Amino acid sequence: MDFDLSDEQRQLSDNLARLMKERYGFESRKAYGAAALGFSEELWRQYAELGLLGAPFAEADGGFGGGAVETMLIEEAFGRALVLEPYLPTVVLGGGVLRHGASQAQREAMISAIAAGELRLALAHAERGSGFNLFDVATSARKDGTAWVLDGEKGLVLNGDSAQKLIVLARTAGGRREKGGLGLFLVDAAAPGVARRGYPTQDGLRAAEITLTNVRVDAEEVIGDPEGAGVVLERVVEDAIAALCAEAVGAMTEAMEITTEYLKTRKQFGVPIGSFQALQHRAAEMVVALEQARSMMMFATMMTSEADAGERAKAISAAKTQIGRSAKFIGQQATQLHGGIAMTYEYKLGHLFKRLTMIDLAFGDADEHLKRLSERDGLFG
Amino acid sequence: MDLSFSADEVSFREEVRSFVRDNLPAAIRDKLASGRHAGKEDIVAWTRILAAKGWSVPHWPVEWGGTGWSPIKLLIFNDEIQRGHAPESLAFGSSMVGPVIYTFGSQAQKERFLPRIVDLSDWWCQGFSEPGAGSDLAGLRTSAKREGDGWVLNGQKTWTTLAQYADWIFVLARTDASVKKQEGISFFLVDMKSPGITVRPIQTIDGGHEVNEVFLDNVKIPAENIVGQENKGWDYAKFLLSNERSGIARVGVSKARLAKIRRLAALPTYGDRPKMDDPLFRMKLAAVEVELKALEMTQMRVISAIRPGEKPKPNPMSSVLKIKGSELQQATTELLMDVVGPYALPFQPEREDGERWNEPPVGPDWASTIAPTYFNTRKVSIYGGSNEIQRSIIAKAILGL
Repeated sequence: MDFDLSDEQRQLSDNLARLMKERYGFESRKAYGAAALGFSEELWRQYAELGLLGAPFAEADGGFGGGAVETMLIEEAFGRALVLEPYLPTVVLGGGVLRHGASQAQREAMISAIAAGELRLALAHAERGSGFNLFDVATSARKDGTAWVLDGEKGLVLNGDSAQKLIVLARTAGGRREKGGLGLFLVDAAAPGVARRGYPTQDGLRAAEITLTNVRVDAEEVIGDPEGAGVVLERVVEDAIAALCAEAVGAMTEAMEITTEYLKTRKQFGVPIGSFQALQHRAAEMVVALEQARSMMMFATMMTSEADAGERAKAISAAKTQIGRSAKFIGQQATQLHGGIAMTYEYKLGHLFKRLTMIDLAFGDADEHLKRLSERDGLFG
Repeated sequence: MDLSFSADEVSFREEVRSFVRDNLPAAIRDKLASGRHAGKEDIVAWTRILAAKGWSVPHWPVEWGGTGWSPIKLLIFNDEIQRGHAPESLAFGSSMVGPVIYTFGSQAQKERFLPRIVDLSDWWCQGFSEPGAGSDLAGLRTSAKREGDGWVLNGQKTWTTLAQYADWIFVLARTDASVKKQEGISFFLVDMKSPGITVRPIQTIDGGHEVNEVFLDNVKIPAENIVGQENKGWDYAKFLLSNERSGIARVGVSKARLAKIRRLAALPTYGDRPKMDDPLFRMKLAAVEVELKALEMTQMRVISAIRPGEKPKPNPMSSVLKIKGSELQQATTELLMDVVGPYALPFQPEREDGERWNEPPVGPDWASTIAPTYFNTRKVSIYGGSNEIQRSIIAKAILGL
């Protein structure tokens, strides 16, 4: 057992910290968010130059051969700074579909472009009625000669309004909530029949509703088995949950630091409010919640490469439960400890709280994962 | 970063597990597995089995009987001891006064006392808390005054665990009342057979007898039984209290109890379906497991941050382990209460001496220890520095408030 980072990983971590410090102050973030795409294209290019966008891909595919630990380090740093650029949709979700499900030709065609910062993706999986069920898909894909024709509506597509390519989950066979009979289709965002309605999200990011009307997809744009995408999607989402755990830990760490600093500087009754025991004990409980979350972030990161699918699913659900609970606790407590200032839009803390809240809701909230975990055998063998 | 156990650590775990399985007397294992307490003879017998193997004080320096194992291996060892329902070592000797003696004691003290802790020839108890000095331990009033070439102790200690069996007690006493309260305390080693010592039992909420009051009435002790320097006792006490990092979370105890919960909850005790089929119960159980898995990992992080050969120093993260570890121990006893349901009611303290009791139990034979264990386990968030004290430590030492 070894918790130490390698020299390369430590260097990655240092570079990230430096970049975030220099370029991602909260005021800069406001400016990036107001730009045309809702994020900074210049920083996206810098991420490419630093090797972040190709980090998790195999070198043979045009990536840098990193793994889950590199993704963890990147997402944790991004979480602290509340980064707006679409790393999760492009590299973790879209890139994850390519890593786990795509043919060699498809990987060759796209991974170098992602790593170079030229291609941004969005995964269009969820629909109005899906809730947390990944396999609840009404969008249909029917065969027409060798091609496929897609029809349906996708609701919460992260980065859906500015991605150049969409990866669409559609039903090729089976009933609406079956895991089997699902396919993943690569669709050009500008293809005929694709209508996008972009919108801002609670946490300052962008998403889109996407309507697909008679959208033709060639056979070579189908990713993997057109009836077997359920397994690929599940795996990709597990990776994404591990990445979100890291982003959340970054955001919680930042919230903890901002709050601690505030407790030391804000004075009432002539003394720093951090000298009051009622507040000290709340802050101490936040430390406990944060450390528990950090541990489960590491556990999830490690378990993404576990071969046993059952053990992997349990670990990911356990981590998402812990992260969701810790995030809610820390977000709410940090707000309370600040008092009124935390309620203002111009202060960073509220934005951390909002991002943490939305991370809990992504890919199953704490209760959903606790329920899934409770339906399996225990975490301890 | 590689968070899986190495091949060496995996085979070490297997070695410890088989050793416990093959060498722990079945009567002791069954007693602890059923939730009853190990008696003095059980603890002594098991400690001597470990001592014969060289494993009774594994965390000590090798020259005094330790093993030189890595912190992770020590953790695995404790985990397997707890998981295998073996008695834990008597902490007052092996984890408290032993390390104080080999760190601050004289050569004569080391040679005299340490070997007798290794094989539990001496049973130690802890004379710290007093009726007026609980969380504010430094406010203690027991006094030690020089007389001739020795010391005379007067005062009252309380919550003295298992003092009824003790051969020796280590005592914090005030040797200078004119200075700041932390600076006038010394650390003494006192023979329990000394005239003037009276031990009076305190019956606890569960009906058991674990703790005692110890009265010191003009107790004379020889000059050589002070540890280290006069008036430096508070430093040694702080060292002692923060020293026991690896065991404080008691993850193994909670894991063993979770295994028991799963076993008992699968029995069709009431109605036609076992408790395990109740979705609400399953969610409560899963929630505790999540926190325990996280705590296990947190503990590994704390432990592996200790570099080999490094002197242990107080780490405020041990307060995080104490808070969460105690909460989870309590949570597991609550889950057992959910499992036992209405048959928690009968009070059958005589079943503590199971082998000498011939009457059949009232209710399921596994039920009688569950409510007492639930009540008794409320202590874990109170002792060893209450969880409120731990939160204040975190606020000051980690957050700088």
